[in-house]
Amino acid sequence: MPDREERARFEEWVMPHFDAAFNLARWILRSRADAEDITQEAMLRAYRFFGNFRAGDARAWLLQIVRNCCYTFLQKNRPTEDVSEISEEFLKDDRGTPETLAIAAHEREQLAQALEKLPTAFREILVLRELEGCSYKEIAAITAKPIGTVMSALARARQQLRSGLTKPVAPVVKETRLEL
Amino acid sequence: MSCEQRTENLHAYLDGELDAAGTLQFERHLAGCAECGATLAAEQKLQKALQSGGLYENAPKGLRQRVVASLPALPEPKVRRAGEWRWAALAAACLVGAFLALQLFSDIGGRSRQSVVAAAVVDAHLRSLQPGHQTDVISTDQHTVKPWFDGKLEIAPPVRDFTADGFPLTGGRLDVIHGRTVAALVYGRRKHVVNVFVWKGGDEESLSGAGEQQGYHWMAWQKDGLNLVAVSDVSAEDLKALKDLFLKE
Repeated sequence: MPDREERARFEEWVMPHFDAAFNLARWILRSRADAEDITQEAMLRAYRFFGNFRAGDARAWLLQIVRNCCYTFLQKNRPTEDVSEISEEFLKDDRGTPETLAIAAHEREQLAQALEKLPTAFREILVLRELEGCSYKEIAAITAKPIGTVMSALARARQQLRSGLTKPVAPVVKETRLEL
Repeated sequence: MSCEQRTENLHAYLDGELDAAGTLQFERHLAGCAECGATLAAEQKLQKALQSGGLYENAPKGLRQRVVASLPALPEPKVRRAGEWRWAALAAACLVGAFLALQLFSDIGGRSRQSVVAAAVVDAHLRSLQPGHQTDVISTDQHTVKPWFDGKLEIAPPVRDFTADGFPLTGGRLDVIHGRTVAALVYGRRKHVVNVFVWKGGDEESLSGAGEQQGYHWMAWQKDGLNLVAVSDVSAEDLKALKDLFLKE
């Protein structure tokens, strides 16, 4: 358990990445409500094990913990959900010419829906790269994958997202939350 | 280059992850290949849509406070009961995980020369993230921010708005680095904050190159007798892009 000094270090190094933690959890879990719980759990866990963190990339260290908590939660609470790791089969390329897209015309909602339809392993890599601005090296560290796998998965994820955006997106039931 | 390699190179190029030689090689290929040109254009469009699509979701207000409040305050004396062995096993597993993580990150931590100036600059960036510390003058208009510095500093910081290039100016403030008053220009990058510190060059308090400290990237350069350092938790290539915008002016 950290002492006072450790606590100050934790607030200085780890707390600035609070939104990053929430954003990653929200996109892996596809739910703001679950992301709130998991962010809280992950921050507590990070605090407890902060003594093991010496120096380096605090954001990547925290996001690794967030990701682990998300996957544990999914296995326990949504066992039917596909959280399979990236396999060779997954990466098999059905390369086609890039569809011409009028993405500018797509609303945020459509982008979000297409992103949520991607397999979790692809979605998290896209979120880390495009929303969080992580480098390949950081993504590799956070997702515990070789850089080569990150690169091919990213290419594949973008391709799937593009084709998801060109097909009409079926309306999904929107998550409703009571604002108390 | 085989077709397979080209696809991955194209994405690495898009993400700014190719080294100089790789970039040159790919650009040479790009000049003569309409197909790759079209693919790159489509990927750039998608990337732009994702980055500027308002998809980043910040934590709800209050969650941060709830989490901070829930952190155990003080060390507790350890008395291990039988039932706690399960936790001990879990802790051991986490230690192994953390050890592996350290292995991954040690090259980052070990390599960085903990330059004193860089540390001071990162500290100033962290201070600015505290509520209410970010901007003294809040404006997205460079013609409002620039004159605000008049008479406050011995230099005129190069205040520019780069909204069109993805770095909207959000304001400016005075900051102190090593007892020296400096200008801080504040930019947004997606949901992140970038501080660009500016002070008079030509002394020992200058910084060059780029580095990483406490999970923050910094990138320094000199122009027109001024020292400039950009600091943020955005990626190094984002900072490089901002530096290039400043140098282009």
